[in-house]
Amino acid sequence: MYKTVSMASLLAGLFAGPGLAETEVRWLHLEGDGPVVEFMEELEAGFEAKNPGVDVKMQFLGPEAFKARLTTMLQSDDRPHLFYTWAGGVMRAQADAGFLKDITADVEGAWKDSFSPGALSAYEYNGAYYGVPQEINQVGFWYNRRLFDEAGVDPESIKTWDDLLAAVARFKEAGITPIATGGADKWPLHFYWTHLAGRIGGKEAFDAALAGEGDGFAAAPFVAAGERFVELVTLEPFQDGFLAAGHSDAAGVFGDGQAAMQLQGSWNRFSQVSNSANGKGLPEDELAWMPFPMVEGGAGNATDTLGGINGWLVGAGAPQEAVDFLRFITSPENQREAAARGLHVPPMKGMSDVIEDPFSKQFAEKLAASTYHQIFWDQDLGPSVGRVVNDVSTELAAGSTTPEQAAQTIQDAWSFENM
Amino acid sequence: MTMLEASRSGRAPTRRPGLRARLMKSDRFVTAVVFLVPALTLFTLFVMMPIGEAAWYSLFRWNGFGAPTNHVGLKNFQMLMQMDAFHTALKNTGLIIFFSLIVQLPLGLYLALILSQKFRGVVLWRSLFFLPYILAEVATGLIWKFVYDGRHGLAAGITDALGVDPVYVLADQELAVYAVIVVLVWKFFGFHMMLYIAGLQNIPRDVVESAQIDGASWWQIARRIKIPMIAPVIKLSVFFSILGGLQVFDLVWSLTRGGPVNSSHTVVSFLYDFGIMRMRIGFGSAVGVVLFVVCVGFAFSYRRIFMKED
Repeated sequence: MYKTVSMASLLAGLFAGPGLAETEVRWLHLEGDGPVVEFMEELEAGFEAKNPGVDVKMQFLGPEAFKARLTTMLQSDDRPHLFYTWAGGVMRAQADAGFLKDITADVEGAWKDSFSPGALSAYEYNGAYYGVPQEINQVGFWYNRRLFDEAGVDPESIKTWDDLLAAVARFKEAGITPIATGGADKWPLHFYWTHLAGRIGGKEAFDAALAGEGDGFAAAPFVAAGERFVELVTLEPFQDGFLAAGHSDAAGVFGDGQAAMQLQGSWNRFSQVSNSANGKGLPEDELAWMPFPMVEGGAGNATDTLGGINGWLVGAGAPQEAVDFLRFITSPENQREAAARGLHVPPMKGMSDVIEDPFSKQFAEKLAASTYHQIFWDQDLGPSVGRVVNDVSTELAAGSTTPEQAAQTIQDAWSFENM
Repeated sequence: MTMLEASRSGRAPTRRPGLRARLMKSDRFVTAVVFLVPALTLFTLFVMMPIGEAAWYSLFRWNGFGAPTNHVGLKNFQMLMQMDAFHTALKNTGLIIFFSLIVQLPLGLYLALILSQKFRGVVLWRSLFFLPYILAEVATGLIWKFVYDGRHGLAAGITDALGVDPVYVLADQELAVYAVIVVLVWKFFGFHMMLYIAGLQNIPRDVVESAQIDGASWWQIARRIKIPMIAPVIKLSVFFSILGGLQVFDLVWSLTRGGPVNSSHTVVSFLYDFGIMRMRIGFGSAVGVVLFVVCVGFAFSYRRIFMKED
């Protein structure tokens, strides 16, 4: 009985012919924002229409679940063929363990030339490429023009950290919540500390800490970053209960017009829509964005940027079709379309002409002029030390640690990981 | 062979039962083997081996990829013992057990004493109190997260109606763990109540009736007769309660994720956050080993000391 069944299926398989033999491409993502997912579904359908033998399967996990489960998923035989990444230390650990596919041979040539070299280099490790970037983004202050008007704060006046502190004080006086943030997720708060560290110490301080020079992450610029952050924290700038709020809750507060600012990445434009009570978010003419202010006397530049070079990695053992699909989604045509819709800023040359969306234009200009683009620390430093950065940033915001302790904790974690 | 032939040819009348008994004996052995092998295999594969593996991993610094190679001795345990967050997690686990024992169990017992009697609607009341236990833990967490939410939730509605400032219990480092304990008590008192009801219904009626005839009050009957008579059940429910308290995870994770600022971690949520989420499988395994030793140590000593005669 069993034999006949298996024979039958074998025969069916033989006669099905190459046209029907489906190759599955498992595509693991973490997008929850409508327009982005819609575009991804179009890409999937478009590729399948052109390649009849390929079945692209989109798999979704929310960001936190994604981070928790990916390690285990990669060890199994049905590991995703293409999966989301922020590059950095996590990617390097995955490559070291042999869970990524070396696609250098595919990338070389026209595909490679289509990217901005700086962005693509984030996907290079030990001389090999394991994936490609799709999006470059930047963190800064999203703000609500109407609330700025109400409190009589001119956004143009916020050039330095002290200006920001003054603005926060004005909002408090006017009875407006100055800033929304998601303390339960912790990473929204690490934008403050790491941005301040970058402004104060610049690239040099970060590189020196990575190289283990001097006091490492316990050095003066990192302590100063904590001190400047505490200056903000003592003004109580965040919405009530921010320590229990996740990023989506905070985006909801901002999208509902209940807070004047939110320090977030480019993607928040969509998060504040999808998490708002009315599902619409702030009206386009009230929504605006400005870069993180400079710190007086800091060694960094006002034009240094902090953000992601996010993209896709190819899992070990993935079929060639997965690489073809990756080439398809990051093709200049498709990325031009994404840019034209304002979904993100592709890390590619020759996109500025299609970018009409005012926000994307602003990001593209800032990123093109960037003197130093630092990847999110919690990704760049690897999952273990990265999360310690998130922890201490949250502890600073909650007033349960000191700037010195915070810096020392990061240094301890770093030296433990790298001993 | 020869013996068999001898018995066959020999004492014919006693031959049959003797053989049957022997066969039955070996039958039983075969049966035991046949039925035990799957269970033992599963037990070894899914219980013994993971425990052994965790103990092995706990000696390495390992991110979960490939095979562990970086042997660090007892460094993971050393680090663990020095971490404030772990101390908080231990303290919180202790608090959970403490409140389970002094609030949850007495509440369950009190309700059981009332609801083990027969009156109209008793079944409805029992089901009502048992209902939270049936709910999935993550669902419970999400429901209570809404209850506690100071912006949109039930808490917001209440503070709004009272005209006071909104309260954010889960954002308070002091209160968050107590908020979790309230939910735990709410969720599990019904389970213990059911255990007690089952025990109380087994008490012979005549004992209670004779006490009533002697003029004992409700409270006297409860204290002097009913509670002593269900002592084995109470011991069992204390056992469940402590062991369950040591393993609380889902509720904490869905309510607070151990926050704010690691103030509401339990041992298991600490393991998940600092082991799994940070890709420090060696460190996480060390936490697992500590928890395992505590659980096993407790389980054995409790059974030896309190459940000897049961």
